[in-house]
Amino acid sequence: MSAPAVPDALRIENLDVMYRVRGQERSVLRNLNLRIGAGETYGLVGESGCGKSTAALAVMRYLPRNGRIGGGHVLIDGEDLYGLSQTGLRQLRQTRLSMVYQDPGRALNPAITVGAQLAEVFTVAGAYSADADKRAVAMLRHVRITDPERVMGRYPHQLSGGMLQRTVIAMALAVDRKLIILDEPTTGLDATVEAEVLDLIDTLRREHGTAILFIGHNLAVIARMCERVGVLYGGLLVEEAPTRELFAAPRHPYTVGLLRCLPRLGLDRKLRRLDTIPGFPPSGAVELQGCIFANRCGLVRDRCRTEPPALSALGGGRSSRCFFHEEAGDLPRVTPPDPVEHVPPGEEHPLLVVESLGKTFGSGSHSVHALRDISFTIARGETVGLVGESGSGKSTLARILLGLERADPGSRIAFEANRRGGTQARHAIQMVFQNPDSALNRSHRVGRILRRALVRLGGLRGEILRGRLLALSRGVQLADSYLQAKPRQLSGGLKQRVAIARAFAGAPQLVVCDEPTSALDVSVQAAILNLLGDLQAAERVSYLFISHDLSVIRYVADRIAVLYLGRLLEIGPAESVFQGPHHPYTEALLSATPAPDGTLRRVKLSGAPPSAMSPPKGCVFHTRCPRHIGPICDTEEPALSERGGGHGIRCHLGSDDLGRAQVDQSSAA
Amino acid sequence: MKLSARGGADDRSLAQETSTLSFLIRRLLLSLVTLGVLSILVFAGGQLLPGDVGRSILGPLADERAVAALNHQLGTDRSLTVQYLDWISHFVRGDMSTSYAFRSPVAPFVGAALANSLKLAAVAFVIVVPLGIAGGVLAAMKRGTATDRIITITGLSATVIPEFVSGIILILLFGIGLRLFPMTATAPPGSGVLTGIYYLLLPSFPLVFLLFGYIARMARAGTIEALDSDYTRTAVLKGLPWRLVIWRHVLRNALLPTITVVASQAGYMIGGLVVIETLFRYQGIGSLIYTAARGHDFPMLEAGVLVVGLVYVAVTLAADLAYTALNPRLRGALR
Repeated sequence: MSAPAVPDALRIENLDVMYRVRGQERSVLRNLNLRIGAGETYGLVGESGCGKSTAALAVMRYLPRNGRIGGGHVLIDGEDLYGLSQTGLRQLRQTRLSMVYQDPGRALNPAITVGAQLAEVFTVAGAYSADADKRAVAMLRHVRITDPERVMGRYPHQLSGGMLQRTVIAMALAVDRKLIILDEPTTGLDATVEAEVLDLIDTLRREHGTAILFIGHNLAVIARMCERVGVLYGGLLVEEAPTRELFAAPRHPYTVGLLRCLPRLGLDRKLRRLDTIPGFPPSGAVELQGCIFANRCGLVRDRCRTEPPALSALGGGRSSRCFFHEEAGDLPRVTPPDPVEHVPPGEEHPLLVVESLGKTFGSGSHSVHALRDISFTIARGETVGLVGESGSGKSTLARILLGLERADPGSRIAFEANRRGGTQARHAIQMVFQNPDSALNRSHRVGRILRRALVRLGGLRGEILRGRLLALSRGVQLADSYLQAKPRQLSGGLKQRVAIARAFAGAPQLVVCDEPTSALDVSVQAAILNLLGDLQAAERVSYLFISHDLSVIRYVADRIAVLYLGRLLEIGPAESVFQGPHHPYTEALLSATPAPDGTLRRVKLSGAPPSAMSPPKGCVFHTRCPRHIGPICDTEEPALSERGGGHGIRCHLGSDDLGRAQVDQSSAA
Repeated sequence: MKLSARGGADDRSLAQETSTLSFLIRRLLLSLVTLGVLSILVFAGGQLLPGDVGRSILGPLADERAVAALNHQLGTDRSLTVQYLDWISHFVRGDMSTSYAFRSPVAPFVGAALANSLKLAAVAFVIVVPLGIAGGVLAAMKRGTATDRIITITGLSATVIPEFVSGIILILLFGIGLRLFPMTATAPPGSGVLTGIYYLLLPSFPLVFLLFGYIARMARAGTIEALDSDYTRTAVLKGLPWRLVIWRHVLRNALLPTITVVASQAGYMIGGLVVIETLFRYQGIGSLIYTAARGHDFPMLEAGVLVVGLVYVAVTLAADLAYTALNPRLRGALR
């Protein structure tokens, strides 16, 4: 047998990994086989708990203390990783293997300058320290950081998230590696920054010919970055295929289910509910009887419950762990597709009217205009989507509406329910937070949390209270037995259901949803979005829906408002905002969202958003605007001008000169 | 365009630095308030509780006129506010008034006693800080093993032994039994620095026992947190040798919280040595305060307590400064 000329960058053979949890062994990866050729990009997807991060750590030989390899091999560039001595392992990490992490802010040492941390990569590989510094500067320049000499002397806390992730990427690329593992490298970054980082990774990878193992839960990002994709479920690889084929015609029911959960273009909550995957992922403690997905699969037969299917090759580089892979596309829907009938948003007097709302923090020369001149309305039963990057003032706006923060004098906020008195008004506006963990009292049982909300917000007592409590928890599809549980015993999705039930306890008229699904897996996200839609149809409640995920916004929102540095740059009906003409900033945001077909032209923005402490003069967006027309943009702030059909854009350009969605975008659905 | 991006980061750290500086200034002002309140309490304790100062000095049988004369001589017949202002204004200028017992200025007594106490505390610290930190770090690195358990349990059990118990055992064992150390802390007049330190070794051991557990526990917790952190993972996965990972990446972050604990213990030790100083017949500030209290020597008592308070506040402030200087997130404020 002749060895191939170029060994595979990564080869995983029959890998078993288990964790010891409370004295019990739990399988996290089962018999994993994977091959990444030199210079190839491979994506590993799956929902939380499926074992993808464990796979990354196993490939780095950095399993947590309670983890161990049960069997199998990991070969990196032809070398058996677990057969290496400590010295050999160090050398491998110094020269051939590297990783980029999910949270760059925590991956860098807070007590050491960025430059010193980067230079270490060179000194450890044998460079002299002066030389290492020089190469570190060059590397920072290579990842498009301007003025790298200055950045070298900075500490991590002095840099923005995007800059930090570039630094970590610089570290990973510093020496020409054979394999780089990217573990959700853009989670937590703003859309435009994410797009930039992905561009950077793509370019550098081509230049260096590095193989990449890309781990993520965002299917669109994976689709954009990878040549081949593997789908992990319960520690098993259930499907593997070239990216295009996998997304076009998945051959495992789990993959089919995952893709159906995504809010796609052309879907609208009023026309069609999202499909979900029923049940919960396996915990890993159980011995496998049959197919691991059998309990949640709509195509399950008797054979699936008794005999575990093997990962069988289907030809064309595809494989699937399903007996009936040919029928995968016929997976029946779990949730009924037709939504509860929506009453269209009211023509009557709007529920909420906000006029020239402003918010200034601090005073005098230190004052920061967090929000300026914000005007919009929300009708009854309407969903307004609020889009903006971190620091744009989204949260401040939410806090003002909730009465947690006071708006500047001269602002007008008229809430229809105000007529019923002050506290009533506060009950009528509720909030659902991004992180249900910190929003629910950890020491109270779910039943107590909801009962308390019903008493405080609804003023209910006795028998009515009990009845309403059950109705409320069933309304969010929470099994009665969960009322006895404490929040930590629930999964993320269940916790978010509790949080939603709590918000609906007082029959609110407006619910502010602050990124309610961004911490959740796609299947759970779909269920939550359906739930919010159903509740809206039933109670005719209005939503202010804050999210950075434009496909989610498009699915849920009737109208969309785009916020940038405290200014409303665009507002209008969802379709008009997406179809255009749109504000140059909206255009950039839309193009930064990776679409599986990858046909969209990227509009690149340069640099990070300016600091809110010293916003640019003139149009706030002029420092990054790709359609900048001249001095007028630098000196004069444009008005939010009407472009027809209630669509306003704050730009000097005429509607004909603004960007529009390309025609092929609608066919992508 | 890029300039404005970096400007953002600069603004953020600038705002942070100003807030750190204002925090330190506030901290300093607060310390002054604390000292002011302490001085009032001490003064009240010293002047008010005994009632008639002249009477309590001369005794119940003394002549009424003699008491009045003494009160006039001491100034204790004036209004309390006047007395306090008079006392405190002299105090801040270094004049700690006159001892009732010795009929001479208090300051030299307090100064000498404070110096002695500082010497004893210093010896104890030089022993316990490196020992505690090393023990804690070692325990953290050998987490879950017998080494870890031995260090943790030893530290815990040593901490709960009161110093008068451990002091007596030490005297019995090393002073009387083995005759390795002198039983007193005071070196004979005219002996050198080394002899002085030798005499202070045995008395410092109970303090070492007391503090080792605290410091080791803090160091262990800090080190474990740093070892489990993402940045340590980054350092290991860079292929750095273990030694460099520990020295450069782990310890720097791990030991920051330990500094604060050490400093707060230092403050406590200066004033809390009464038992040790009495046991080992050592002229420190603790035994000075004790003696003054027993002898109704109020100026001495007040001066002693206030000086201990002063030291405590100063040490705590120094700890805050050290923490700020070592933490890059806060350091900018000191430049």
